[in-house]
Amino acid sequence: MAKAAIDVPPKGGFSFDLCRRNEMLLQKGVQPPSFRKTGTTIVGLVFQDGVILGADTRATEGPIVCDKNCEKIHYMAPNIYCCGAGTAADTEAVTDMVSSQLQLHRYATGRESRVITALTLLKSHLFSYQGHVSAALVLGGVDVTGPHLHTIYPHGSTDTLPFATMGSGSLAAMAMFESKYREGLTRDEGIKLVCEAICAGIFNDLGSGSNVDVCVITKGNREYLRNHQLPNPRTYVSSKGYSFVKGHTEVLSTKIAHLQLEEVEGDAMEE
Amino acid sequence: MDLDLNAPHSMGTTIIGVTYDGGVVLGADSRTSTGMYVANRASDKITQLTDNVYLCRSGSAADSQVVSDYVRYFLHQHTIQLGQPATVKVASNLIRLLSYNNKRMLETGMIVGGWDKYEGGQIYSVPLGGTLLEQPFAIGGSGSSYLYGFFDQEWKKGMSKDEAEKLVVKAVSLAIARDGASGGVVRTVIINSDGVTRNFYAGDTLPLWHEELEPVNSLLDMSSPEPMSS
Repeated sequence: MAKAAIDVPPKGGFSFDLCRRNEMLLQKGVQPPSFRKTGTTIVGLVFQDGVILGADTRATEGPIVCDKNCEKIHYMAPNIYCCGAGTAADTEAVTDMVSSQLQLHRYATGRESRVITALTLLKSHLFSYQGHVSAALVLGGVDVTGPHLHTIYPHGSTDTLPFATMGSGSLAAMAMFESKYREGLTRDEGIKLVCEAICAGIFNDLGSGSNVDVCVITKGNREYLRNHQLPNPRTYVSSKGYSFVKGHTEVLSTKIAHLQLEEVEGDAMEE
Repeated sequence: MDLDLNAPHSMGTTIIGVTYDGGVVLGADSRTSTGMYVANRASDKITQLTDNVYLCRSGSAADSQVVSDYVRYFLHQHTIQLGQPATVKVASNLIRLLSYNNKRMLETGMIVGGWDKYEGGQIYSVPLGGTLLEQPFAIGGSGSSYLYGFFDQEWKKGMSKDEAEKLVVKAVSLAIARDGASGGVVRTVIINSDGVTRNFYAGDTLPLWHEELEPVNSLLDMSSPEPMSS
């Protein structure tokens, strides 16, 4: 392949040039970089008047907590909310996208959105990406056909359940649900059980933590209880305060390294 | 032992379809697993395609749900255009076409069962790869390995509806006893000229097999909450 004298701008579409290089690196034993997953505990349950969703509020980047109070319960429609676990970017993007599609659908049909509409839109999107969009969702809402609760997995499969948990803390939360859930819970009992399940995730799973968010959806009404419980208050605050004025830190030694600069002929920016 | 919560949702499964004199009985367990974790202990693996044709799904949950959704949609259109209920042969052929033409990308084995006025009750098996095979009875899923010998001995032509259903429930419960990827409850669907009947058999109503113990201190004994009604 001769080197082109004139640089042609790349045509649209995916450029496969780097695939051979990646394969060669893999053969040499170089580990490919892994993407950040967010540990989470998200839950949902059906109670006598509708659906209650719950989530913790910790977002992690590997071993570090990057957001101590993030929102994992996403708005889909006035009567439908969705909790997201997995890669934060994926859950945000996919719920925002389907939320917009639902609004356009509401304008076109003139009716309130149904939960299975959101379900079908989400599952077809996730299936077409064959699991690479890493979003595990708990979708809940109340529409004309009644209260609904569904779980959606990254590969596009769905389950319809009376109570559900997802995320790294799902086992701890499911243990709470399996022992205490029953049909026909009242609003207060439901909120209490959801909080207990999320707290089980917060205290027993390293990927979940901070506060409990709850969302109660009933016919014609929804209540988003942001930070309904704060079981992890900051217990130690230094009495000296946290301002560090210049001059307070002792300088032990100083070393200056000069950068090597080269003079280059011609224009700095050649288009 | 890794609890891989990011593994694709798969239905280890035991699925069965049996013809009897006058219709068919479909049966399945209810366990959906994600790696070693049971993601749904009460799933419904027998899905409706039309009023008279049902489908048992096994393998990848996502793949089988997508295939069944497409075929339900095609059959709905076909029924409108034909002006009468679709035949079981047409339904299973549609399943087979999707399975065969996408064989590199799909991982799902299915059993189609139903009743139509031309051929009566029929069972068609569509395993991995997309073969279409009409059989008097069919078994599928990971739990079916334990049932080949059982069916060779126990299946008889011309059973009654109750005999067929008892056979299916017994078979699924035997498979559940031996296969780790099958469990939960047993669901059956009976399809004949009178219509469709769905039945549900909870774990505690199933017989105990070799070396299985009576439940002791089970949650069901406690005076607390009612177990959920279906």
